[in-house]
Amino acid sequence: MTAYVIRRLLLFVPMAIGIVIVTFCLLLLIPGDPAAVLLGQEATPEAIATLRRTLGLDQPAYIQLFIYFGNVVQGDLGQSIFQNAPVSEIILGRIGATLELAIVALTMSAAIGITLGVIAAMRPGGIVDASAMVLAQLGISMPVYWLALLLMLAFAVMLGWLPAIGRGEPLLSAFGMAIAGNPAPLLDSLSHIALPAASLAVNSAAIISRLVRASMLEVLNEDFVRTARAKGVRRRQVIWKHALRNALLPVISVIGLRFGALLGGAILTETIFAWPGLGQLTIAAISQRDLPLIQGIVLTFAMIFATVTLIVDLLYAVVDPRIRLK
Amino acid sequence: MADTKLRARRFRLPRRLRNAALLIGAAISSTIILLAVFAPFLATHDLAAMDMVNRFSGPSVEHLLGTDNFGRDIWSRLIYGARISLTIAIIAVVCSAIIGTIVGLVSGYFGGWVDLLLMRLTDIFLGFPPLLLVLAVVAVLGPGLFNVAASLVVVSWTEYARVVRSTTLSLREQNYVQAARALGASPWRILLREILPNSLGPITVLASLGLGTAIVWESALSFLGFGLPPPAPTWGWSLSYGTRFIRDEPWLSVVSGAAIMVTVLGFNLLGDGLRDVLDPRHKNRG
Repeated sequence: MTAYVIRRLLLFVPMAIGIVIVTFCLLLLIPGDPAAVLLGQEATPEAIATLRRTLGLDQPAYIQLFIYFGNVVQGDLGQSIFQNAPVSEIILGRIGATLELAIVALTMSAAIGITLGVIAAMRPGGIVDASAMVLAQLGISMPVYWLALLLMLAFAVMLGWLPAIGRGEPLLSAFGMAIAGNPAPLLDSLSHIALPAASLAVNSAAIISRLVRASMLEVLNEDFVRTARAKGVRRRQVIWKHALRNALLPVISVIGLRFGALLGGAILTETIFAWPGLGQLTIAAISQRDLPLIQGIVLTFAMIFATVTLIVDLLYAVVDPRIRLK
Repeated sequence: MADTKLRARRFRLPRRLRNAALLIGAAISSTIILLAVFAPFLATHDLAAMDMVNRFSGPSVEHLLGTDNFGRDIWSRLIYGARISLTIAIIAVVCSAIIGTIVGLVSGYFGGWVDLLLMRLTDIFLGFPPLLLVLAVVAVLGPGLFNVAASLVVVSWTEYARVVRSTTLSLREQNYVQAARALGASPWRILLREILPNSLGPITVLASLGLGTAIVWESALSFLGFGLPPPAPTWGWSLSYGTRFIRDEPWLSVVSGAAIMVTVLGFNLLGDGLRDVLDPRHKNRG
């Protein structure tokens, strides 16, 4: 187990280095003089010259890369061009909201996806199976921004049940208050996160449900399932306990991978529901072509994603001994 | 005999569904393609023609899908929007397929450090949330048809690379490839004449699914305002623009979103259907 953990951790290093290099290369993709392009047409030559210096553009590319790398390792993501604050500070102020949204959405998609997948696999070929899979196909093809608008239209505009935009108290502190005897902020937070999280979750839930179904069908064909049935264990119990546990193994890694898609999708949902997280910040940064901020966000997202993948791989090894012995 | 019967019963409906998937998918996607190709003949109105008296009119004989906030004909704008989406998606998919296939073939056939290097590179690109990378690339390249397509290529080539690599790995050991090698065929000849033709099945499946994904992302870009700038009638921009009037006139947004969804659904169904026909490994699975 230790050997596996060390090997997996070592793999993380080249990955992280690669992510930093790709992020750096975004700067090289800018056609022409980046400083002039970033500042726009009204910029004075002095301002352009200053930006060239702060971005280190007067150095050759490989030296720029080394400098960038050294800074990133020390947690310095540079200075935002338009917000006059360190990029790391701006990002830290907003990362919580995005993580909260992504984690709630991931939990929702796993819960819905697994339930739907198992129910579909119970009677393969049946009417429930067919409708579940049609539903999944629709969920996969549904663009998140359209779904978000439809949900907003239905539940916020027409029915008026849920707030259309904004965020309540952060969920964790709202939980704290609820435990302390004040449930109002928690209800408010939950009502705010319901629509953004749901619209973000549907796509992943659909993908997970298909996978769970396929995986369940395979497991249900195995000998130990027949043995359990032959022993007289109830069908329901065999499905939800014996089979599901084994069927979930391949699904775990996919649930981890979905986290990356959710972070990306958060850019759209946050914009639509005015959720004050990194996604909204991304759009602002891109509209202004604030390159250090864009690079910082890209790097942050990729590092979160890589860390989640790492955790999932390690969890996987804990759950399935075959992995760590390979 | 008993076994086949059991299996036939177990997979009866899904298989029927799959054939249905292929048919419905092919029908939807070819309809969209035809609409896009013949848009100039099928458009009933000039794209920019405004009719301020008839703003937000519902579907009618005059305006098949009604009009938008400037009284422009939604149907005509939608089919021209299909042109934009499909053009970008096709360019992106073809380029991704070519790049990914080359990487996959080389990686799988030569193995060793070449394989290691190329696959680490693929992993790194897979390590970014796709939409974010697309946005970042468009942000630095600037808007425009080819830049949008290029940004989609940056995130899409990896899938082809991985799939083609694994097909190449298994094909490399096949007898006919060994025979070609024994006859003295050069690696490139083997890759192009023996291995590539046999990898076309999975590549076609990925390309079909990839068209759907490319359209979702292209529309996401124009939805956020980073796609082709107006007055280009992109679906994403119409959807996003429609949200300004969504309280009273949700029609424009709903129709544009439905166009995106139906198109994506079509290509996804086609891809899933093709996979079941072309890829025997998936045949008996969900």
